[in-house]
Amino acid sequence: MGTKTKIALAISPFVILVGLLVVLAQGHTFAILETQGPIAAQEKRLLAFAFGLSLFVIVPVYVLTVFIAWKYRAGNKKAHYNPNWGHSRQLETIWWGIPCFIILVLSVITWRSSHSLDPARAISSSQPTLQVQVVALQWKWLFIYPQQGIATVDELHIPAGRPVQFSITSDAPMNSFWIPQLGGQMYAMSGMTTTLHLQADKTGTYQGVSANISGEGFADMRFTTTASSEDDFSTWVQQTRQSATRLNNSSYRTLAEPSSDNVAMSFASVEHNLYDTIVTKYMSDETTETSAHGH
Amino acid sequence: MLGRLNWDALPDVPITIGGAVMLVVMGIVAVAAMTYFKKWRWLWTNWLTSLDPKKIGIMYIIVSVLMLLRGAADALMLRAQQATSAGNSHGVISADTFQQVFSAHGSIMIFFVAMGFMFGLINLIVPLQIGSRDVAFPFLNSVSFWLFVAGMVLINVSLVIGEFSTAGWLAYPPLSELRYSPGVGVDYWIWSLQIAGVGSLLSGINFLVTILKMRAPGMTLMRMPIFCWSVLCSMVLVAFAFPILTATLLMLGLDRSLGMHFFTSDFGGNAMMYVNLIWAWGHPEVYILILPAFGIFSEVVATFSQKKLFGYTSMVWALGAITVLSFIVWLHHFFTMGAGADVNAFFGIMTMIISIPTGVKVFNWLFTMYRGRIIFSTPMLWFLGFVLTFAIGGMTGVLMSVPAIDFQMHNSLFLVAHFHNMIIGGVLFGYFAGYMYWFPKITGFKLNERLGNIAFWCWLIGFFFAFMPLYVLGIMGATRRLDHYDASLGWQGLFIVAGLGVLIIAAGVAFQLLQLAVSVWTHFKHPQRNADLTGDPWNGRTLEWATSSPAAEYNFAVIPTVTDRDAWWKIKQDRQTKKPGNPIVYEDIAVPKNTGVALFVAAGSFMVGFGIIWHIWWLALAGLAVVIASVIHRLNDDDTEQVIPAAEIAASEAARMSRLKQKVAV
Repeated sequence: MGTKTKIALAISPFVILVGLLVVLAQGHTFAILETQGPIAAQEKRLLAFAFGLSLFVIVPVYVLTVFIAWKYRAGNKKAHYNPNWGHSRQLETIWWGIPCFIILVLSVITWRSSHSLDPARAISSSQPTLQVQVVALQWKWLFIYPQQGIATVDELHIPAGRPVQFSITSDAPMNSFWIPQLGGQMYAMSGMTTTLHLQADKTGTYQGVSANISGEGFADMRFTTTASSEDDFSTWVQQTRQSATRLNNSSYRTLAEPSSDNVAMSFASVEHNLYDTIVTKYMSDETTETSAHGH
Repeated sequence: MLGRLNWDALPDVPITIGGAVMLVVMGIVAVAAMTYFKKWRWLWTNWLTSLDPKKIGIMYIIVSVLMLLRGAADALMLRAQQATSAGNSHGVISADTFQQVFSAHGSIMIFFVAMGFMFGLINLIVPLQIGSRDVAFPFLNSVSFWLFVAGMVLINVSLVIGEFSTAGWLAYPPLSELRYSPGVGVDYWIWSLQIAGVGSLLSGINFLVTILKMRAPGMTLMRMPIFCWSVLCSMVLVAFAFPILTATLLMLGLDRSLGMHFFTSDFGGNAMMYVNLIWAWGHPEVYILILPAFGIFSEVVATFSQKKLFGYTSMVWALGAITVLSFIVWLHHFFTMGAGADVNAFFGIMTMIISIPTGVKVFNWLFTMYRGRIIFSTPMLWFLGFVLTFAIGGMTGVLMSVPAIDFQMHNSLFLVAHFHNMIIGGVLFGYFAGYMYWFPKITGFKLNERLGNIAFWCWLIGFFFAFMPLYVLGIMGATRRLDHYDASLGWQGLFIVAGLGVLIIAAGVAFQLLQLAVSVWTHFKHPQRNADLTGDPWNGRTLEWATSSPAAEYNFAVIPTVTDRDAWWKIKQDRQTKKPGNPIVYEDIAVPKNTGVALFVAAGSFMVGFGIIWHIWWLALAGLAVVIASVIHRLNDDDTEQVIPAAEIAASEAARMSRLKQKVAV
C-alpha cells in the first residue's frame, strides 16, 4: 500500500462519519441553537464565543501534531535530529502564556455571565413577571399558577414576551427542570426551592424535559410548553377555571402517586398554599435552614 | 436465617437470566478446567498467594480485562436499546433493566476496569522504574488487590442473586434511599464499591510510601521518571479523596441499613450534602485515573521519538498544579443545584484553569517529538490518537466549565460524550499504550504489532462513531439515560450511528484479544520471533529496561545508581565510553514469602458486604471476625521473608549474560 492510499484509508471513515451526521441531523430541531428566548439566546452566544476562543488552542494542536509527526518520522533522515534537546525557556513561556491569557479572558466572561445569567436573577422587563410553581413528581410535572389560582400537569402555559419566574421543588427523587429552547436547567429537590427565570420571545410550543434520573418512568416524563399571546393566555386561564377538577390535598395525594406515561391535566383551583405545604412537609422545626436558596 | 434472601432473588428477565447463566457457566468451566489440568496448586502457590508486585499487577490487569468485557457488553446493550426505542417501540430491554445496565456500566468501568488497569500498571512498573526490589508494604499490596477482587465478585454476584442499582453510577439520594429504591440493588453498589475503595486507599498509601522512600540511590525527586511523578500525584489524590468516598458510602449505607437520615429528604437529611461529598471524591478520581495515563504518554513519546522528554520541570509543575486544582473544582458537576453566581463563577474559573497545565503537557509532548526520530509503534499511535481525541474533550470540557453554558449542557448527551472523550481518549488510550509498551518487560516477549495496529484503528474510528453523534444529540437537547424517546425528535439515526461505533470498538477489543492470543502462541511456537532477550526492546530510557524481561523476583540483582533523569539511557551511554569497573559482587536478597492471609481478609470482607446487603447479620459478623482474625494472625507471624542466596543470583545472572552473548553472536 502506498502512503497516499494509507492516508486516504485513514481519513475516509471520518469523512463518512461527518457525512452521516450531517444527513441524519438535518431537518431536526437543535434545541440549544434554535433558541426561542433571551436567556437561551445569551447562553448560545456564550457557547459560540467560548468555542471560538478554544479554537485558538485546538487548531494549533491539530496542525502541530500532524506536521511534527510527519516531518520527524524516523524514515525522514533529512530532518534535524537533536536527541538531547529538552528545554527552551522561550517556547515554554509561550505555551504557559497563551493559555493563561485565553483563560484570563474566559474567566472575565465567566464571572460576568455567571452573574448576568444567574438563574435566580429576575429578567428586567416592562411586563409583569408570571409566577409558576413547579413540582417534580414520579413521573410528571405539576405546574401551579399562584396568581391565577389554577394548575396543570405535564403542560406548561406561559404568555410570550413576559418573564416567568419558576419556583421549583420536588416531591419525589431529585430531578432537573429543563426547557432547552428557552434556557438552562435547574434541579428540583424535595424540601427546598430553587429559582429559575425564563422567557419566551414568540408564541409556539417548546419541549420540556426531565434531565435527571428519577426512577423507572423518567424517560417519558416530558411536558410541552405553550407560549401564547397575552389574550390567548387569558382565554386559556378562563377556560381552565371553568373545568370541574380541583387540586386539593386529597387529590394531590392521588396525583403524587408514581405513574408513567401521563396525559396532560388541568385543575380549575388549587388548595391554598399547596406548594409551600409540599416544600415544608419534609422539614422538622429545627432544620428549616436546609432550604437550598440563600438569596 | 437468610435475611431477605429467598428464591425470588434469582433473575426473571430473559436478558438477566442470560447474563447470569453465562456467568455461572463460565465459572463452572473455569473450575472444571483447573481441576482437569490439576492446576489448583500451581495457581495457589505461584499466583494467588504471591506478594510479588509483578504478579499482583498481572492479576489486576487480568481482572480488569474481564471486567472490560462485562462493561463493554453493558455498553452494547445500552446502545442496542437506544438505537431501537424510538416512538412506539420500547426497545430490547425494560426501563428497569436499562437503568441497572447503565448503573453497572459506569460503576464497573470506573472501579473495576480503569482503577484495576491503573493499579496493575503501577504494580508492574513503579518498583522497576525507581530501581526498587519491592513495594513498601508487600502484604498490604496483596490485601488491596484481594479487596478489589472481593468488590468485583460482589458486583457480579448481583447479576445472579438479586439485582443491581438503578440509580446511576453515583447513586444520588433520595433516589438511592430506601424510600425510592427499596431493593438490594443500591446495597450491592454501596458494598462492592466500599470494599474495592478501601483496597484502593490502602494501595494509594502503599505506592505513596514506595515512591517516597524506596528510590534507588541517586534518584532525587527531580530525577524521577515522569510516570513515577504522575503516579505519585495520583496516589496523593487517592490518599486524600478515597476517605471521602468511604465516609460517604458508609453514611448512605447507614441510611439504608439502619434507618438513619444523613441524606434522606425528611428528618433533616440533606441530599445536597451527598452530591457535594461524592464529587469531592469523584472529581479527584478522574485525575487519579488520568495522571498515570499522562505519565505513560511521557515515557512512550520520549522513547519512540528517541529523544529526551521536553520540558521535564514544566511537566512536574503541571502535574503538581493539576493535583492541587483537582480538589477545588468539584462543584462544576452541579452548577444547576442553585448555588449563587459567585460560587458558580469561582468553581467555573478554577475548572478552566486546569486546562492550562494540561495544555502545557500536550505542547511539551509535541515538542518531544519535534527534532526526534519518531517510530510509529502501536504505543505511539495510541499517543497520537490520544492527542487528537483529547483535544476535543478538553475543548468541550472548557465549554462546560462556564456555568451559564453548562446550564444547557448538564445531564445531556453532550456531557456523556465529553466524559467518554476524556476517559476513553485519555485514560484508556493511555493504559493501552502502557500495556503494549511494557508487555515485553512483563512477559519477555513483544505483542504482535500488526494486530495492535488494527485494534488501534478500530478503537479510534469506533470512538468517533460512538461519541460524535452524542455531542450532536446533546446539542439537539437529548438528555442522558433515556430508555425511550419520541420518534418525532429525529434522534434514532444518530443513535444507530453511535451503536455502530460501539460495534467498531468491540471489534477493536476482539483484535486486542486476538493480538494477545497470537503473540502468546508465537512465543511458544517460535520464541525467536518475538522474544525480548535484551530486556530493552525499545531502546528505553528508564530503569525498568535495565533488568531482564521478565524481571527476576528481586527485580535487580544489583541496585543501580542513578546519575541522570534518563537513568538507563545514561548508563548505556557511559558503557560505550567508559571501561567496565570492578566485577559485580552479588548479595543475598530477602523477598517476602507467599501468604494466603489476604485472601481470607477479602473473603471476610465479601461476607460482610453480602451479609449486610441481604440482612444476614450473622454472616456479616462472621465475616468481620474472619477479617480481624486474619489480620491478628498476620501480625503475629514473624516468619514472612525468605532469602535468595547470592550464589543463586550470581548463577541466574551469569546464565542471562550468556544468553545475551549468544544472541549478539547470532
